[in-house]
Amino acid sequence: MEPIREIEGRAIPFGAKNVDTDVIIPAHWLKTITREGLGRGAFETIRKDPANIFDSERYKNAPILIAGDNFGCGSSREHAAWALLDMGIHAVIAPSFSDIFSGNAFKNGILTVVLPQEQVDRLLEVAESEDIAIDLDSQTVTTPFQDRFTFEIDPFRKHCLIEGLDEVGLTMARGQAISAYEAKAGQQLPFLSGRRAA
Amino acid sequence: MAETSRTLYEKIWDAHVVERQEDGTCLIYIDRHLVHEVTSPQAFESLRSAGRTVRRPDLTLAVPDHNLPTTARRDATGQRIPIADRESAQQLAALETNAPAFGIRYIGDADLEQGIVHVVGPEQGFSLPGATIVCGDSHTAAHGGLGALAFGIGTSEVEHVLATQTLLLKQSKTMEVRVEGQLGPGVTPKDVVLHVIGTIGTAGGTGHVIEFCGNVFEEMSVEGRITVCNMAIEGGARAGLIAPDDKTFSYVKGRPMAPTGDDWDKALAWWKTLRTDPGAKFDKSVHIDAADIEPTVTWGTSPEDTVAIGGVVPDPSSFADPSKQKAARASLEYMGLEPGMRMTDVAVENVFIGSCTNSRIEDLRAAAEVVRGRTKAANVKWAIVVPGSGLVKQQAEAEGLDKIFIEAGLEWREPGCSACLAMNPDKVPAGERCASTSNRNFVGRQGPGARTHLLSPAMAAAAAVTGRLTDVREL
Repeated sequence: MEPIREIEGRAIPFGAKNVDTDVIIPAHWLKTITREGLGRGAFETIRKDPANIFDSERYKNAPILIAGDNFGCGSSREHAAWALLDMGIHAVIAPSFSDIFSGNAFKNGILTVVLPQEQVDRLLEVAESEDIAIDLDSQTVTTPFQDRFTFEIDPFRKHCLIEGLDEVGLTMARGQAISAYEAKAGQQLPFLSGRRAA
Repeated sequence: MAETSRTLYEKIWDAHVVERQEDGTCLIYIDRHLVHEVTSPQAFESLRSAGRTVRRPDLTLAVPDHNLPTTARRDATGQRIPIADRESAQQLAALETNAPAFGIRYIGDADLEQGIVHVVGPEQGFSLPGATIVCGDSHTAAHGGLGALAFGIGTSEVEHVLATQTLLLKQSKTMEVRVEGQLGPGVTPKDVVLHVIGTIGTAGGTGHVIEFCGNVFEEMSVEGRITVCNMAIEGGARAGLIAPDDKTFSYVKGRPMAPTGDDWDKALAWWKTLRTDPGAKFDKSVHIDAADIEPTVTWGTSPEDTVAIGGVVPDPSSFADPSKQKAARASLEYMGLEPGMRMTDVAVENVFIGSCTNSRIEDLRAAAEVVRGRTKAANVKWAIVVPGSGLVKQQAEAEGLDKIFIEAGLEWREPGCSACLAMNPDKVPAGERCASTSNRNFVGRQGPGARTHLLSPAMAAAAAVTGRLTDVREL
């Protein structure tokens, strides 16, 4: 995973509420067996309209997406995060995210920034013409007009994002603790996780 | 912690903590991992490239379901019938190769036990009360109907579970959805959960695990509870739970992978403690009167867009929230509906009875009961019944349900996810409407331009014979 600290640039002022992962990447794109190339399918239905915001010259190569409440609801498909990453998005700002999507985004090095609706509304307005900057160290979103919004982030997630840590590797290093749990559960809950000879 | 009153969710959580970090993040042990072909190839590839193995192949079960066509899979000589879509075939082949390569039990496309992962898990006794169960599929919440803590995960988490049998998680908040009173005739578990989602909204349970409480769920069959928990995710909750009881225990007992002997006794003793303690606090509570629930359908493109079958398409300007007004206008345009139109005047060209929400034997019985002695309406072009597994199919055929459907003009298919999502040949054509027992009415979910109305199996069957959305109580 690529470490992230600062993300600055154009932000797509999308703003829509309850955007589900079927909208972010329709099911027929899920037949791939790799993570690459899904940017072409991102927001496919919306992009059928030639005047859509995602293909606008103004937001070309924007690293930030601004959305409405409950972004990424629905299907657990991580393809939604891969598609955003493949279209160059490294951060999404919204008033709220679905639980599964924010986890998937984090695991792919996409920062999800939760801000109150009125601050998101302000950023939607600014993004029409100006760049937006996100600084993960100080947990702030700033604009050229000196708007400065702070956001919360889980300290563990922040650490992993800044260091670009591989969570699987981190957990594998806890192998002894996992074995100890299995030994204990094997006594207490043998029907769940007990190891038995085949 | 153990001394205080705890909710069912907290009890299961506490029993699975491997380690707790200072910031509250916990390493949680995963007891059961279901794997299907869509969300696993990249996880297996990552394991392979890092030289990692699967920690507990014995706690992992692989079943193909999303891409499989629901037509015959073997010809008369037992040869595999090729899959027309090259990418689907490739994804299915990847699972068929990856599972044995990593020592995981694989139920094949033509095995009697094959089916939708969320039907297979409970049916095989793989899913158990009190277990932590995950799958790279958001409808994993279904297994909560057995009193398991079950939730969907992304592919990176699939890889994490394969490699470590654990997940790093923050404990969720708890939400109680209590439905009490007497359900009216014709009101099924699907109507209950659609009504709940209509009440709390698609983000109502975000950050929470829902426990469904009250006499309505106590009196509900285990299969009905699975239907309810299946759609917890449509209310934003990653998991839904219903406390296990004697009905649950007799449902589980004797299933192929269920515990036996001493293990069964130990299991039962623990399972009986899995109830929310009196005095335990939920972070959020919603109370619903069962008498307020009618047979329910959706009118829009979000599962929260529900209305009683006797109701009308709402006027977007009737919503207080301006963004909901905007969303409703877009929904109505997509759905081709006008405000004020009666739901029972909505004609359908397609009917789909199936999916992990409603493809178990009780669902098929309920649908067959309505269809029996009737015929498909002339305007219904396509009506399919897709059992959730080979075993459900076998049971239905033993009861003669297949004949009832076929005689009425409905198609009887092989098990799989089918028309719930447009990944296999079962799709709804653009601009056409489908009365569907599945779980999502999202834009394009059943095919580009397809218009979905979610409803119960009995209501879908009623739509098949009348050609329009119909109050099943009037048939």
